[in-house]
Amino acid sequence: MSIKIVIEKCTGCSLCIKACPFDAIKILDKKAVIDLNKCNLCGACIDSCKFKAILIEKPLDIQKSPLNLSDYKGVWVFAEQKKSIIQPVVWELLAKARELADKLKTDVSAVLLGSGVKNKAEELIRYGADRVYFVDDESLNNFLDEPYTNILVKLIQKYKPEIFLCGATSIGRSLVSRVAVKLYTGLTADCTGLDIDLEKRLLLQTRPAFGGNIMATIITPCYRPQMATVRHKVFSALEEDKTRKGEIIEEKMEEGLFKSRTSILEVIEEVSSTVNLSEADIIVSGGRGIGSKENFKILEDLAKVLNAAVGASRAAVDSGWMPYSHQVGQTGRTVAPKIYIACGISGQIQHLVGMQASKIIVAINKDPDAPIFKVATYGIVGDLFEIVPALTKRLKEVLKR
Amino acid sequence: MEIVVCIKQVPETTEVKINPQTNTLIREGVKSIINPFDMYALEEAIRLKEKYSGKTIVITMGPPQAESALREALAMGIDEGILITDRTFAGSDTWATSYTLSKAILKIGNFDLVLCGKQASDGDTAQVGPGISAHLDIPQVTYVKKIREINNKNCIVERMTEEGYEVILTPLPCVLTVVKEINEPRLPSLRGLMRAKQTQIIRWSARELKLDEEKIGLKGSPTQVVKIFSPPQRKGGVVFKGETSEVVDKLISLLKDQLP
Repeated sequence: MSIKIVIEKCTGCSLCIKACPFDAIKILDKKAVIDLNKCNLCGACIDSCKFKAILIEKPLDIQKSPLNLSDYKGVWVFAEQKKSIIQPVVWELLAKARELADKLKTDVSAVLLGSGVKNKAEELIRYGADRVYFVDDESLNNFLDEPYTNILVKLIQKYKPEIFLCGATSIGRSLVSRVAVKLYTGLTADCTGLDIDLEKRLLLQTRPAFGGNIMATIITPCYRPQMATVRHKVFSALEEDKTRKGEIIEEKMEEGLFKSRTSILEVIEEVSSTVNLSEADIIVSGGRGIGSKENFKILEDLAKVLNAAVGASRAAVDSGWMPYSHQVGQTGRTVAPKIYIACGISGQIQHLVGMQASKIIVAINKDPDAPIFKVATYGIVGDLFEIVPALTKRLKEVLKR
Repeated sequence: MEIVVCIKQVPETTEVKINPQTNTLIREGVKSIINPFDMYALEEAIRLKEKYSGKTIVITMGPPQAESALREALAMGIDEGILITDRTFAGSDTWATSYTLSKAILKIGNFDLVLCGKQASDGDTAQVGPGISAHLDIPQVTYVKKIREINNKNCIVERMTEEGYEVILTPLPCVLTVVKEINEPRLPSLRGLMRAKQTQIIRWSARELKLDEEKIGLKGSPTQVVKIFSPPQRKGGVVFKGETSEVVDKLISLLKDQLP
């Protein structure tokens, strides 16, 4: 096993017990003992030990990489499109990729798969790409796991990027999970922070775990590319620069790579909300306190004025007041808008984990002891059926809508 | 129809909290549960079996104590449970985990469908389901909210997207990862609980699965955790009450710079 306690150095101080997220350490006879069935070798205890009494052997030493790491250069961004429209998260990724590439003194490439998408390549360059690889084929119009995987694997093997970023969308998360397995490389999901360890030329990927209660920084030392997915709204896009120039390269693929065993029979867009929850800058969300399906109308009115999306707590979804696709929280979506307005939501932890990364949280609730007020930037204690319509009316005047 | 369900035992996530004084994790009294999303996968498997007959098998990779998660699944109505456990699995990331699970599924042999929850509530990666299908080189559909039709060759499912859903036809065998909307998991029956107690859980180690030891555990995992820390705690701000028109004006003035 690759973790051990140096008995001579251990003082039995129990600092490591508190640091262990897996409850795997006990003190027996004044010495720490690690339960290897529980230990996940995460290394949290190493930093906690003031006596350097815990040793962990990290088998993935950069020196032992089976690859020639210096062959891998450049930062790639997957330019996800739907109906030939580049998805907003791509602009955010390009900005971050730009920053990472500048630190590494390398360049940014976007990879675009679709049908009739060539004219979108210029747009990607204006937002930070130096180069765009695109594959144009009718069969790539809608996302399908297999052809998209085949083509990305092929392109990555051909050009060998060192970093590959993708949006943590329903497409991105399905696609790159498959790509990373096929390439035998590391993938870190839902990163909220990306930075470079310049000395080792490694991507430092920080992400929340345990419902956001813990943050972990993860590396892929020996394999390439270092792959990460990133949620919406974590990074900010660059301003469009119409003077930026770049290279646009069309890639031709062999016929076989476009084959898919799955096929799309129908695409159905539900029109219950005009604004996509994960991309919205503002979300107006309702919980048990809304009381009925009909009452959600007052939230929809407010959302309309603010150009916001409508969210719901699990209680509201389970009561049948809103469709599941609007649910925010542990068993629904995770969102991080600029403003999250929680109306009649008590703030159970399962809800909080889905929205606590929002920049500003506004809570409207008649119960002054509701837990939502513990995380709210601005809390209003009062009757939402009075406050929300009044807020809508006043905002209409202020915003001149 | 032969259905394999992959589940994970997780800590009741929301109970894992940080002690603000010591900045460390409090785990005392934290229960272990079946990952909430996996409950929907288990329920769907049982429903398919009830409708089309066949066999359901639940597998989990984890420490010996993960056996209790398997027994819970048996109590719901799953036929067999397999625990994939070995000390050499410690430190597995999603690559090594999906490799190990895929080898176990191959050892099971006959299967038409692999069901997984869309993601686990502790890691939240959503990578293991697609990883398994990539290792097995079979089709996958993620975020499935409904199985519309299924026969012994194909199935038609609804896949949830940001805007709505897609109707997808896939041949079997395939991997489906499911979301909450697909069903409502049942509670175990008394008979189920009795049966779960008596059923023998099968145990497979790395050796029985003939795994490549370079591809398992920490050694086989391309990613490595270098640091774990607690996020900055979110603090409550101002709370106000009063006349509706006053609080509304106050709120608008506070939000002014952020409004469209």
